[in-house]
Amino acid sequence: MTFEWKWDRVSDAFPMLMDGFVTTLLATVLGILVAAVLGLIVAMANRTPTRFVTVPLRILVEFIRSTPLLVQLVFAYAIFNTVDPLTIGIVVLGIHYASYLSEVYRAGIDAVPRGQWEASRALSLSPGRTWRAVILPQAVRNVLPALGNYAIAMFKETPFLAVITVAEMVSKAREYGSDHFAYTETFTLAGLIFLVASYPTSLLMRRLEKRLGH
Amino acid sequence: MGDFFSYFSDHVSQAVSGLGVTVEATLLGALLALVLSFVFGLMANSKPLLVRGISRVIVEFFRGTSLYVQLFWLFYAFPLVSGYELSALFCGVLAFGMNYGAYGSEVVRGAINAVPKAQWEAAIALNMSPWQRMRRVIMPQALVQMIPPFTNLLIQLLKATPLLWLIGAADLTTAIQQMRDRTGSSTAAYLTLLVVYFVLAYAMTLVLNAVERAGKRRLGQYTGARGLLRTRTAEGAAAAGPKAPVGGGAV
Repeated sequence: MTFEWKWDRVSDAFPMLMDGFVTTLLATVLGILVAAVLGLIVAMANRTPTRFVTVPLRILVEFIRSTPLLVQLVFAYAIFNTVDPLTIGIVVLGIHYASYLSEVYRAGIDAVPRGQWEASRALSLSPGRTWRAVILPQAVRNVLPALGNYAIAMFKETPFLAVITVAEMVSKAREYGSDHFAYTETFTLAGLIFLVASYPTSLLMRRLEKRLGH
Repeated sequence: MGDFFSYFSDHVSQAVSGLGVTVEATLLGALLALVLSFVFGLMANSKPLLVRGISRVIVEFFRGTSLYVQLFWLFYAFPLVSGYELSALFCGVLAFGMNYGAYGSEVVRGAINAVPKAQWEAAIALNMSPWQRMRRVIMPQALVQMIPPFTNLLIQLLKATPLLWLIGAADLTTAIQQMRDRTGSSTAAYLTLLVVYFVLAYAMTLVLNAVERAGKRRLGQYTGARGLLRTRTAEGAAAAGPKAPVGGGAV
C-alpha cells in the first residue's frame, strides 16, 4: 500500500482546525480561571482548624485527583444533560485541576514566612485583611509558575471534551479526517498545533520560574 | 439505579475482563515508560551535545503534542502511512509509554542532579569508574527520590486508560459503558467506574509507598509505618522543591 501525503488536505483542514482551536483556547483559559479560584478556596478552607470541614474536603480532593477526567466528564454530562456541553467541560476541567492546584496553593501559602502572620496579628489586622493584604500577594507569587504549568497541561487535555460533543480542535480533526479519509494529515497537523502553542509557553514559564528565583 | 447493579452482578465477568485490560495497559505502559524514562533521562544528563539534543527533542515532542492526539495518530493515521494495523491495546501501551516516558525522563534527570555534589566528588576521590559511581553511589540515592514523582505519573497513566474506550479496546470503561447502554442508568454506572478507578489508584499508591519505604530503609533512613497509608503528596508550588509537576509542561 502506498501512502501519499496530500498538502491540499492540510491547507484545506487548517481553517477548520483553527476554528476548533478557538474553542480549545477558550476552554483552557476559562478552565484554568475556575481552577485557580476554586483551588484557592479549597486551600483556604483546608486551613480551618475544624476537622469537620477538612477531612471530607481532603477525601473529596483525593477522589477527584485519582479518577479519570474522561469519566468525570461523561458522568457530569449524563447528570446535567440540559446544560451546554462546553460549560460542563469548563466546569469539570476547572474542578479537576482545582484539586491539584489546592495542593499547590497550600505549599505556596506554607512558604510565606511565619513572621508575616505574626506581624499581621501584631498590627491587629483582621483575618480578611491579613489574607488579602499580606499572605495572598506573596503566596500567589510562589504559585504562578505552577499555575502556568497546569494551564499547559490542561490545554493538552482539552481533546477529552470531544467526548461530550464539544467542537474543539481534535474533534474537528476527527470530523475532517473521517469525511475526507485524511486522518494522517489532520492528526499530524493537530499535534503540531499543540506543540507550537504549548512549547513556547512552557519555555516562558521556565523563564518566569527562574526570574522568581526558584 | 437498581437495574444497573443487578445487571452488573449478572455480568461481573465482563467487568473483570475489562479491568484486566485496563490493568494490563497500565502496567505495560508504565513498564515502557520506565525504560524510556531512564534512556532519555540518562541521555539528557550525558556530556555530548548531540545525545542531549536528541533526548531533548524527543522529550519535548512527546510532551508537547498531547497524548490524545498521539494515541489517535497511532490508531487512525499510522495504518494509512505504514500499512500495518496496530491493535487498540498495543497503540495504547505505545502511546502511554512514550508520553509518560517523556515526563518520566525529567524525573530521572532531576533526581540524578539532586544527589549532592559531594557524593560525586567522593566517588571520584575513591577512584571509582563512571559505571561504578553510577551503580553504587548515585543511583541508589536517586532511585528513592524518583519514587514519589513516579507514583504520580503512574496514577496519571492509569487515569489516561479510559482513552482506550475511544479506540475500541475492551477495557474497563468500555465494559461499564456497555452496561450503561443496556440499563440506561448513567449515574450508577459512572459512579461505579469512578469508585473502581479510585480504588485502583489508591492500591497502586499503597504499593509504591511500601517500595519507597523499603528503598529509604536501604539508605539507612527509617520512616514510620504511618506514612504507608498516606495518599500521594501533591507536587507543591515551585517553592516546594524541584519535583516536576505531573502532566505539566515545563520544569
